Amino acid sequence: MRYLPHTREDIDAMLKAVGVGSLDGLFSTVPEDCLKREPLNLPGPLTEWELNLHMASLGATMATMPEYKSFVGAGSYEHFIPSSVLSLLGRSEFVTAYTPYQPEISQGTLQGIFEYQTLVCHLLGMEVANASLYDGASALAEALLMAIRITKKTKIAISALIHPHYREVVRTYLRPTGYEVVELPYSKNGKTDLSVLDGMTELAAIAVQSPNFFGCIEDLGPVHERALETGAMFITSFTEALAYGLLKNPGSCGADIVCGEGQSLGLPQSFGGPSLGVFATKMEYVRRMPGRLVGKTVDKTGKRGFVLTLATREQHIRREKATSNICTNQGLCALGAAMYMASLGKNGIRELARLNYDKAEFLKGRLRKAGLEIRFGSPTFNEFVVEFPDSFEPTYNKLLEERIVAGLPLAPYYPELVNHYLMCVTETKTKEDIDSLVRGIQS
Amino acid sequence: MTETSGTTGLLLNEPLLWERGGKGRCGFSMPRRDVDSFPIEEGLVGAVPDFPELSEVDVVRHYTRLSQWNFGVDTGMYPLGSCTMKYNPKVNEKYASLPGFAGAHPYLPAQLVQGALRLMHDLERFLAEITGMDATSLQPAAGAQGELAGIMLIHAYLKSKGMKRSKIIVPDTAHGTNPASSALCGYRPIPVKSNEHGIISPEAVAGVMDEDVAGIMLTNPNTLGLFEENVRKISEIVHAKGGQLYCDGANMNAVMGIVQMGKVGVDVIHLNLHKTFSAPHGGGGPGSGPICVRKHLEPFLPVPQIVKENEAYVLSYDYPQSIGKVHSFYGNFGVMVKAYTYILSMGPEDLKKASQLAVLNANYIKEGLRGVFELPYDRPCMHECVLSDKRQRSYKISTLDIAKRLIDYGFHPPTIYFPLVVQGAIMIEPTETESKETLDEFIEACKSIAKEAEENPGLLLEAPTRSKVGRLDEVMAARKPCLSD
Repeated sequence: MRYLPHTREDIDAMLKAVGVGSLDGLFSTVPEDCLKREPLNLPGPLTEWELNLHMASLGATMATMPEYKSFVGAGSYEHFIPSSVLSLLGRSEFVTAYTPYQPEISQGTLQGIFEYQTLVCHLLGMEVANASLYDGASALAEALLMAIRITKKTKIAISALIHPHYREVVRTYLRPTGYEVVELPYSKNGKTDLSVLDGMTELAAIAVQSPNFFGCIEDLGPVHERALETGAMFITSFTEALAYGLLKNPGSCGADIVCGEGQSLGLPQSFGGPSLGVFATKMEYVRRMPGRLVGKTVDKTGKRGFVLTLATREQHIRREKATSNICTNQGLCALGAAMYMASLGKNGIRELARLNYDKAEFLKGRLRKAGLEIRFGSPTFNEFVVEFPDSFEPTYNKLLEERIVAGLPLAPYYPELVNHYLMCVTETKTKEDIDSLVRGIQS
Repeated sequence: MTETSGTTGLLLNEPLLWERGGKGRCGFSMPRRDVDSFPIEEGLVGAVPDFPELSEVDVVRHYTRLSQWNFGVDTGMYPLGSCTMKYNPKVNEKYASLPGFAGAHPYLPAQLVQGALRLMHDLERFLAEITGMDATSLQPAAGAQGELAGIMLIHAYLKSKGMKRSKIIVPDTAHGTNPASSALCGYRPIPVKSNEHGIISPEAVAGVMDEDVAGIMLTNPNTLGLFEENVRKISEIVHAKGGQLYCDGANMNAVMGIVQMGKVGVDVIHLNLHKTFSAPHGGGGPGSGPICVRKHLEPFLPVPQIVKENEAYVLSYDYPQSIGKVHSFYGNFGVMVKAYTYILSMGPEDLKKASQLAVLNANYIKEGLRGVFELPYDRPCMHECVLSDKRQRSYKISTLDIAKRLIDYGFHPPTIYFPLVVQGAIMIEPTETESKETLDEFIEACKSIAKEAEENPGLLLEAPTRSKVGRLDEVMAARKPCLSD
């Protein structure tokens, strides 16, 4: 096996040095009744060349671009990723390092993550961002737990327009400890209905997502006011980070914690993971926040350098009183996101975000012209909800055969929204793609 | 010092991103605008994010230079204890980036993603076989999340039996994440001390096990690199009082094909695909932390589960007792691909051999360093060995100084000051992918450093001197946090 360097002579010499007669003899401390006698029942080994064929055949069953034109977003977005980013991110000095516990030989990772933290702060209008969490869902769960710790209250209110699977994860995280979750319904305009909050007290947090799961841009101002009134922390979540290349950032709307999914920032969709849990807050809460942080400092000669810092919040030091149990995060994904943001720059991000908005508006207009209803009137970014006639399902399936995925059916997530589909258009769709989608829907 | 791997090359300085660049530059090929611009409500639009302005060349040079300040497994031996820094096969990276996988949307209809579902289904079975368990969930995104999910399973299982418990036993040789994970489930960790042999005795467990204890979190092999020989007995004690045995499987690299945890009384175990199964660690992640369980815990696994129906794979949410979801989608699929192709490349015999050689390498280092550093538990070890700085303390040299000096010799230092049960711990996990000659070089470097500690301790106190920066002021970083620019 090419990954195992030991020759027969090496093994013999080493066994001799250790004073053991055979490889099996190394396991003398394992009781007899714990040892496995029969070989593992596993396939292989395959040669590299056999494995190439096998993996190619598995990969070939998958419906992906450019053969397929998919108009599905819903938390995982198809965006172009520059080859330069993919190539840089593949550098093995980044890929094969561990968490930077030895800063002197990890300055690449450390400076890269410091820059990531800074770029995230600029994107979201926040004062401090951590070195990443797992994904958008666990980032929200961690944000809510943080608010519970800070306010010492045990009830949270979350919008029904937060990604359904994020809400699922929140429930999983909060269930064992019995914290109460109140769900805020949505109004006719496709935004969160805040009236349920009337008279509600003892809230640790109010959480909304913007753009929300229906693609609608929430009015963050009124949510902020509600949070101030009730003494709750104001948490905003997001699934489409690119939106903040165009929209007002959550920080400027008063958010205490901003958390969400960073996959749009240059990461492959990869069947849902690995992606990037983005987490940012205000400096006053920094010692209460979960996750790793990189800080700037100097070495003995005064040279600038970077280290992991404020570790006294973390599991290996604070143990059961830690701000989170997270250890390994999504470091390489964070680095990739930084490379992408640096490549886009301030000139690129606005234009790209605007292009997403415009292409989605273009499809909206075409669908309206075709007599379909855009279900919610509120402004959107690159996703929106369309209501189709009862007879649409066969058309949807026919389009699948033509390699067009005409959005995501919403009924499994919102049973009242039968025949409603969430449509997403990013920069990867040409006018021609959009036209053929509309033609297919009409036929 | 004699000729070692450590040297100084030409490392280039590189400022922060926004300290370079020029107005109007952009490193991105803007897609063609083939639709008109549509109006947008003015009140919605924000200021343009303050990002740098860089060309593609600026960006490429920036990150290439940064990468050269990093040490990775591809650079050299990285014997970080409990982290299993084995070689990360290049070909696995290629498979994870196949367009069919990298470009796959998680919500496509099942018939359009059969390859990914089959891969996950097969990987679940492989991991169940390696651990001797009955079922697997690949959803947790890292070891700590697997641990959390595992404790949640125990919580949900006990609840289904009408049992509400408030405590969980955590040995002093467990991983640091264990207490934090159990606290998230509302359990109070009850510490138990390892005995004079560095392992947990059945008596110690029996002494704290009662009907208010949900179970025990046993790291096996433990963080001293020792096999918990009493695992069967401990399992009987815990089960007799209605508790569950959770195994932290971060150290599974020692026992693949040698011990099946499901057959020695373990109810649930998490694995780290980025350790045992060769996926790279990425300078902090992404990882993947699947959990494998015995039959009685299967109904509580996260949803969706992958089910094979009439030769096709589907995602099923129909598990009413499930703890729910722990990830936005199905977990870190890209990492799963690498573990899957690793297992297929190795096959059953070489997986076992990998564990044998990992244990051989650790014992070889332990013997090589006997007499150089203190050996607090002088017993045959598993995949890692723990030494300490006790002998060097009289020269006012600490574990930290030894670690930093190893950098000058061209090695990544071991894990230091962990586990806490050994003062000044030096925890060395060479892994099976290091050759005898590399181990010999490492041992020689340690011997040379031990000699320097006696004769010229300044060399250690000043180390490292060959890295991009010297020892950094961590106190200043924490006192006056500067976390963004």
